[in-house]
Parts: sequence; C-alpha cells; structure tokens
Amino acid sequence: MSERLRFAGRRLLITIPVLFVLSVFVFLLIHLVPGDPVRTMLGFRATPENIARIRGELGLDRPLLAQYGTWLNNLVHGDLGRDYVSGASLTSLLRTSLPVTLELTSLSMVLATLVGVPLGVLAASRGRGWRSGTEGFVIAGISIPDFWLGIMLVLLFTGTLAWLPPSGYVKLTDDVARNLRYMVLPVLTLVIGETAYIARTARSAVEEALTKPFVGYLRAKGVAEKSIVFRHALRNAGVPIATVIGIQFGVLLGGSIVIEYAFGLPGVGKLTVVAINQRNYTVVQGGVLVLAAMFILVNLFVELMIGVIDPRVADGAGA
Amino acid sequence: MTTSGLTRDRRLIVGVSILGVLVLAAVLAPLIAPHDPESIDSARLLRGPSLSHLFGADALGRDVFSRVLFAFRISLVVSAGSVGLALLIGVPLGLLAGYSGGWVDLVLMRPVDMILVLPALLLAISLISVLGTGSSITLIAIAVIFFPILARVMRSSAQVVTTLPFVDSSRARGMGGFGIATRHVLPNALGPVVVQAAILMGFSMQIEAALSYLGLGTQPPTPSLGLMLFEGRDTLVQAPWAEIFPGLAIAITVLAFNLVGDGLRRHVNQHSSAA
Repeated sequence: MSERLRFAGRRLLITIPVLFVLSVFVFLLIHLVPGDPVRTMLGFRATPENIARIRGELGLDRPLLAQYGTWLNNLVHGDLGRDYVSGASLTSLLRTSLPVTLELTSLSMVLATLVGVPLGVLAASRGRGWRSGTEGFVIAGISIPDFWLGIMLVLLFTGTLAWLPPSGYVKLTDDVARNLRYMVLPVLTLVIGETAYIARTARSAVEEALTKPFVGYLRAKGVAEKSIVFRHALRNAGVPIATVIGIQFGVLLGGSIVIEYAFGLPGVGKLTVVAINQRNYTVVQGGVLVLAAMFILVNLFVELMIGVIDPRVADGAGA
Repeated sequence: MTTSGLTRDRRLIVGVSILGVLVLAAVLAPLIAPHDPESIDSARLLRGPSLSHLFGADALGRDVFSRVLFAFRISLVVSAGSVGLALLIGVPLGLLAGYSGGWVDLVLMRPVDMILVLPALLLAISLISVLGTGSSITLIAIAVIFFPILARVMRSSAQVVTTLPFVDSSRARGMGGFGIATRHVLPNALGPVVVQAAILMGFSMQIEAALSYLGLGTQPPTPSLGLMLFEGRDTLVQAPWAEIFPGLAIAITVLAFNLVGDGLRRHVNQHSSAA
C-alpha cells in the first residue's frame, strides 16, 4: 500500500513543474504580442487615458519577474484578472462557461468509452464481420473532421428530419430536458470520433492479451469464453486503453473548442476563440489556462488509475 | 523483395492512388477548374449540382467545384509545408538526442516534452492569438505542434539503431560521431518517422480546416476548405452541396494519408522485426 501511495505522490510531484511551465507560457502570451497589447485590445476605445489606466492595472510597466509574481499570486487566490472588453471579471466568465465545457467533454468521453471499449473487445474476439465492420468505422471516424461531421448531423437531424435544434444552449440547472436536447448533436459529434480511437486501441490490446499463455490455461480449465474475454483479457488490456483515453482527452478538448463554436455552446472553447478574434488577450489567457489545466489534471488522474488497474506499474515506479 | 512487399499492400495502393489523383487535381487546378473560383454570378445563386456545375453553386453563385479545387491546393500546401517544417526541426533534434543520449538527450528533450503537455489544437490557437492569422502562420503553428511528435519518434528509433552491431563496427573503424549519425543511424532509423509524417499530413489537413473554420486560419479571399465550410453554414439547408463537398474533400484526403501511413507502418514493422 505504501508503494502505491509513494507512486501517487511521485505523480503529483511531477505535475507541479508542468503546471509551473504552463503558468509561465500563459503569462507570457500577452507579452509576446507584437506592438502594444493594450492598444490592440482596446481598439477604438484606446484613448491615452484608457491605455495608461489599463497598463497600470496590468502592471505592464513593472519588471517582468515582478509582474509574473503578482499574476501568479492572484491566480493562486482565484483571481484571473479582468476582461477589458466587457469589464467582467474572468473568474465569473469562467464560472459560467466551464460547466458547459465540462458537461460536453465528460458526457462525450464517458459515452465514447462505454461504446468504444466493448466494440474493440468484440472486434478482437468475434468473427470477421465484427472485425471489418469495426475497422471501417475506425478509419471513417479518424478521417472525418469532427466539425464537418457536426454540420452533416445538423443537416440530417435539423434540416431534414427537424428533430433537434441546430444550435443554442439552456443551462443544465434551468431545464435538464431542454439542456440535453441542445447537447445531443455536439456530444454525438465528439463521441463518434473518440469512439473510433478507443475502439482501435481496445481491439489491438485485447487481441494481444488473448495470445498470452494464461488464456490457454483458462480455456483448458473450462472457463467460459465470455468471461475470458471480458474479465481476464480486458483487465490485462486496461493499461493501454486507459492511456489512450488520457491522450484522447486532449484531442477531445481541442475538438470541443471547434464544436462549441459550431453549435453556439457558451463554453470555455467558444469564449477563447471569440476572445482571440477580438484580440481580448486576458480572456485568451484565462481560457487557455483553464483548458490546459483540465488536460493536465485528467492525465494525472488517468496515470493514478493505471496504477490501480495494474499494480505492477506502481510497484515498478516505487522500486 | 522490399518493393514487392510494398506493392502487395492493398491499403497502401489505394491510399497512394487516391493521393496521386488528388495531387494531380491540385497541381492542374487552373486547367481543370471549369469556372473562375472567385467569379460571382447572381443568376446561379444556390443552384444545385448540374453538368456545368458539378458540385453546385454557393450563396454568391460561385462554382463550388472550382472553389474546392483551389481551396484544396492551399490546404495541401499548408499541410505539406507544416509537416516539412516539423521534419526539418524534429528529425535533427531527435537524431542528436537519440544518438548522443545522456545529458544532451535530457537538455534537448525536456523542453520538447513540455510542448506536448498542451493539447495540440489549444497550443495552435494560443500561438495564433499572439502571431495573428493567415496561411503562413497556420503553417508555422501546425509545425510547432508537430515537431515534438516527430522528434520523439526519431529519438526512440535512433536509440534502437544506435545499439545495433554495425554502428559499433563503424565506430571501431574510426568513423566520427557525426558521420555515423547521419550516414548510418539516420537512414536506418527514418522508417517510423516517415510513417508518422504520413499520418500527420492528414491531421494537418484537419487542423488547418478547423482553424480556418474558426476564422483563425487562412483568411478570405484566399480559398480554404475550412473557410468554405464556415461560409456555407448559413445556407446549409438550401445549398447543402456547398458544405458536403469541401468536407468530403478533407475526409477523403485524410483517409488516403491514413491508409498510406497504415500500409507503410506494417511494412516498417515487418522490416524491423526481420532485421
């Protein structure tokens, strides 16, 4: 048990420098903008007084290191700064947009896993039909750009069948049923692509597990084939599947940026894209920081889960 | 023996054939395109596919087929350019890290690993938020997210080759480190990098389209497949062809690159397990 705790501790420690580098990168974003970021950000409202006031507020005249110190200190205390276009605080902007992104990504990831893993297992253990069917689906799922798939789904379910709304959003806390109606198409779009990757990994991992000697032993013992495949082989295939789910979460976050924009969902991705188009740098910083932190934390969680699925990983790291 | 293995792979043949046709279409676009991709014609607004307009016309009456041809050209140039640039940076970096090992490896690869900490598309749009938009910036942004991947693949492949006996014998014959790395390790370690590069070409196509769709990539009036998808959204129901064909062009190209990558990978795997 202590080995496992040490493994978890080590993983947590590795995450700290990663988060530090992320914070430096996000901090520097506004400083890398050619010319005066404040002038660009304010656009037609860039009067000398406004520029001077906001430069002062952002502390842009102070030494870089001091600026970073203040920024990081505020960040740790939950203050991400202000949106200088609308005047709102970034914390409140993110508080309304983050739940949208969380709902979209977690629903998609869970559904893709629930469909992708069994699909991969069936492709690995059943006849040719399942195999080539899954293969076709995987190749199509990987090749089709997700936002185009989304547009085609809108064409089918909204344009032709008129079953679902094309875009928009209702808060989950306001009306669950209507919220889900708006979520169906964006989630379905992301699920199809993600399922392809997960099914592909699950198939090859289970295929490999089924060639191991213990499978022959279980068969000789008379264990039912279903149990061999789903209990024993799948458990042995757990590590590569969990790993790809962690990696794919990054792809999913990237996809969610485009999908939120395409479906008019007011999440962090849409917030960030709109902010880039408006040259609204502080909002860009907040959006990038939140999305990247989500990715890093999900991957930390996945690595910890891998330690649970396969204790050898944790032991190996502790030894 | 090696070439017969390659020519027998069905996926590879299909992938290469599709790509051949697509590249030819892109190169010959000015000759093939039946209409000027920019010419606006109010008489054929949102007109459906016909013999004179194979893919129909868009909301401004522009010929979708001609536009797809020219947009595909730009997308292909951006994809090839970004992967090429990523190879130029990633291959020497990975070769040096993998061949040298030790502290050189550590100093070179740690920063590279840090880049992989960010989700790819997020990194691309962060760079664009600073550098601005346009095809050449898109190309650079995609190269920045790809070169760490190629450097990693090159590094691990070079590490494996460096342990092979013939490298030792070259060293015993008094060959210098640079000569061994470039003349012996590089050609023998390049296989997996080529596979990865083929797959990244497809990804690059998708990322370029996504960025242009978000208004962060190629800017009008330069035609781009992603931009066409953005422009066609408002008339999706009246003129679905303006959305269907540009997207199909992307999907088919990505599919072809994936088939080529898969085929090559099988060949590289066989080759290295035989060695």
